[in-house]
Amino acid sequence: MSITNWFAALFVFTLASFAGLEVINKVPPTLHTPLMSGANAISGIVLLGALTLLGGEGPPLLKGLAFTAAILATVNVVGGFWVTDRMLAMFKARETK
Amino acid sequence: MMREIWVQSSYLAATIFFFLGLKQLGHPATARRGNYLGAAGMGLAVLGTAFHPDLQDPWLPLLAVGLGSIAGIVSAQRVVMTAMPQMVALLNGLGGAASALVAIAEYLRLSQVPLAATQQLPTLIALLLGLLIGGVTLSGSLVAFAKLQGLISGQPLTLPSHRLWSLLLLLGFVSGAVLFLVAPQAPTALAVLTALVIATLLLGLFFVAPVGGGDMPVVIALLNSLSGLAASAAGFAVNNNLLIIAGALVGASGLILTVIMCKAMNRSLTNVLFSGLVAAGGQADGG
Repeated sequence: MSITNWFAALFVFTLASFAGLEVINKVPPTLHTPLMSGANAISGIVLLGALTLLGGEGPPLLKGLAFTAAILATVNVVGGFWVTDRMLAMFKARETK
Repeated sequence: MMREIWVQSSYLAATIFFFLGLKQLGHPATARRGNYLGAAGMGLAVLGTAFHPDLQDPWLPLLAVGLGSIAGIVSAQRVVMTAMPQMVALLNGLGGAASALVAIAEYLRLSQVPLAATQQLPTLIALLLGLLIGGVTLSGSLVAFAKLQGLISGQPLTLPSHRLWSLLLLLGFVSGAVLFLVAPQAPTALAVLTALVIATLLLGLFFVAPVGGGDMPVVIALLNSLSGLAASAAGFAVNNNLLIIAGALVGASGLILTVIMCKAMNRSLTNVLFSGLVAAGGQADGG
């Protein structure tokens, strides 16, 4: 990457960080754990990096690491969204009672 | 060119989905929909990645996603409601591990292509950061999991001169990192990288062990924020904007959530993180 591209990436990072600081406020305590869990599932986005490395050229060690990373990240993503939904479903059931 | 448009469009859509998803997750009325939005964004991003020019062989990625999905659904469905906090910690640790592994794999890919050192340096720094934050997230989350699951004592665990050891570990990591950056193509570079991995894992252990079991939810929130930053660093290393954006979103919103959770307990973050250390120091002084 050229230095301009690096700065473009830094701009993106900076703006996304500020968006992240603003995106949540006044969260009720019951939502702390589900929100944490949902955000955690999103951080499994590193899956995309693992997939492109896994689908490209490389020695067996690279493939092995990328394969492991892809599995772990998928568990993080799928399991993360799934447990968040289970928590929120219970939350809703309690609300309607 | 056409493929790249599909990839980038899906990433752009995923960015919007993630932002709206996080926003809605914070409100009781919309939380469940917010979670679906996040999942939909992730699905879109993975589908878009199928068109990525770097992705030549789709079978291994498909297999990995298939296996991971099965493992994810089965474990998420089986876990009991009371064990949710440690489940989140465990999943978070896996994400950190994935970021660290992606950083190492990217190094292996880079070491095949001869590049000018100046071109490589920012990438190498980014992947070292991904390795550091990812490794700390992994071992820290595992300690949090073990404490909540009752595998180890929930009491603050400290070593004699705990802070000194932590500092030495950090110094060790920094000097190892410099050694690696000076000669990234040397035959010993992979050994240095392995040593750095061990240092990051120990750092995570030293970081979380002194925190009491009751404060674990706050620590998990902080580790969740860190796993976002690890993904972001990996995004800089592999040159993927969506990793940078989603990682930064989670990193920043996770930090805010951590502070909110501390406030709900009428504590400060430093108090939560270091009171175990102070208590241990006080005992040592008294005895």
